Amino acid sequence: MAYRKKETVKILSQECLADGIFSMWIETKAAAFSKPGQFISMYTNDAGKLLPRPISICEIDSKNKKIRVVYRVTGQNTGTEQFSRMKAGDGLRIIGPLGNGFPLERAEGKRAFLIGGGIGVPPILELSKQVRCADRQIVVGYRDSHTFLREEFEKNGSLYISTEDGSVGTKGNVMDAIRGNALTADIIYACGPTPMLRAIKHFAEENCIECYLSLEERMACGIGACLGCVCQSKEKDSHSNVNNKRICKDGPVFLSTEVEI
Amino acid sequence: MDVGKEIGNAVNMRVNIAGVEWKNPVTTASGTFGAGMEFSEFVDLNRLGAVTTKGVASTAWQGNPTPRIAETYGGMMNAVGLQNPGIDLFCKRDIPFLRQYDTKIIVNVCGRSERDYCEVVERLSHEDVDMLEMNISCPNVKEGGIAFGQNPKAAEDITKAVKRYARQPVIMKLSPNVTSIPEMAKAVEAGGADAVSLINTLTGMKIDIHRRQFVIANKTGGVSGPAVHPVAVRMVYEAAHAVKVPVIGMGGISNAQDAVEMILAGADAVSVGTANFYNPAVTMEIVDGIESYMKKYGFLSVSDMVGIVE
Repeated sequence: MAYRKKETVKILSQECLADGIFSMWIETKAAAFSKPGQFISMYTNDAGKLLPRPISICEIDSKNKKIRVVYRVTGQNTGTEQFSRMKAGDGLRIIGPLGNGFPLERAEGKRAFLIGGGIGVPPILELSKQVRCADRQIVVGYRDSHTFLREEFEKNGSLYISTEDGSVGTKGNVMDAIRGNALTADIIYACGPTPMLRAIKHFAEENCIECYLSLEERMACGIGACLGCVCQSKEKDSHSNVNNKRICKDGPVFLSTEVEI
Repeated sequence: MDVGKEIGNAVNMRVNIAGVEWKNPVTTASGTFGAGMEFSEFVDLNRLGAVTTKGVASTAWQGNPTPRIAETYGGMMNAVGLQNPGIDLFCKRDIPFLRQYDTKIIVNVCGRSERDYCEVVERLSHEDVDMLEMNISCPNVKEGGIAFGQNPKAAEDITKAVKRYARQPVIMKLSPNVTSIPEMAKAVEAGGADAVSLINTLTGMKIDIHRRQFVIANKTGGVSGPAVHPVAVRMVYEAAHAVKVPVIGMGGISNAQDAVEMILAGADAVSVGTANFYNPAVTMEIVDGIESYMKKYGFLSVSDMVGIVE
């Protein structure tokens, strides 16, 4: 039996897209079996920082065995800051892909919202490339005019932008952009900060829209063993038979009605 | 002629822990390996001396609110709070899963009261498992657990109580959050423990200075990982000198050198915990590394190395 393992992959490129937002392409066989909405565990080279950083997959080029991650540097002396200093040609240790992706097949023939907010924007890119639906409405929210990945999104659907400072698109958040443009949909996929996801969940359930949310939590193992990253679930979970689904293993994408956030 | 290989044939990795023979001295630390299922994608479980499962109680436990995890320098902190499926689902699902592999099964048991522990132990006495480990040292739950692990009298009493129901050898897992490890080790030995294991995590705290909040919802958590290894080595040394029963050493073991160090300090076997989280295949690497060390220095059996650094 072939066992999965931590692998060292080659960094192909590293680019700063906006203030504190970096884009990295890596070469990995994992590209062949990765799906939008999955993540990879990235390890630093610092013996003081042991735990993997779960980073969502932004783009997949399975033909050329490449994966792109777009991530935010979370502060001084953080693991993500170390990633941002790595260069093309450097080795990076990863495990992945991990978790379950967005259920793409549910969108067939439907009008879809593909919603991303902040550092939840990147996974929406590969989703927007792969999802087959009647109407691909991409709604992405940023803090300010640093609307990273905007050009890529424009190629993949009708794009609606919100910014907190109102510098681009609708002033406010993604829900303001949806209401402001009077958009409607039959299915929603979303990734972003918890308050945003909470608002989307509320909107979806009020309007009886099927909705999939990609959640985030601090993780240790990333493979479902440590029970660090649970979220409250409506039904009993399969692992512990309580109401705690594991975001890394059972998620990170959940049907909105399955989880309490 | 391959001299190394010839010596290799003579290297005996087997250890006998309280009458149970493990194929090698490496097991997993409770709570870091689930019941092996998730890790079976990364590790050949047949290669482990034993799998020690995550603590199981008489009924399912929800555990603590999130965040439950924080990274610390050279380690981590957790306050999972013993989330577990309860003994019924554990017996139905996890024991048959592990029995598919050629490894010993050590079931870690947690509870809020003496009755809880005894109920689970009695239930397990009818199950096909090899050893039991009593978690009387979890710092992350308010009732039970640590309450038994910080008072020698309470530790001795709970040991006596579970021993009345146990049909498998009982390992008492000790907390480092005590004044005297020898006193605690002697107490559980007096209570009839067949082995001791240590250390559980060290109680810690971490504050997010930007949000001015505790990083972990539980405020405090158990610190583990390489940063605690020297503390663990010292405590294993003390325990091994205090009791005659076997000692299973753990605490920050992340490679074969750490494991050998623990054995030299007095551990008859070792558990690998936090390292599983950042290197899922680490247990197999440690088994191989201990064997290489033995060949290099001419040790014929693991027991020849136990506690030889006086």
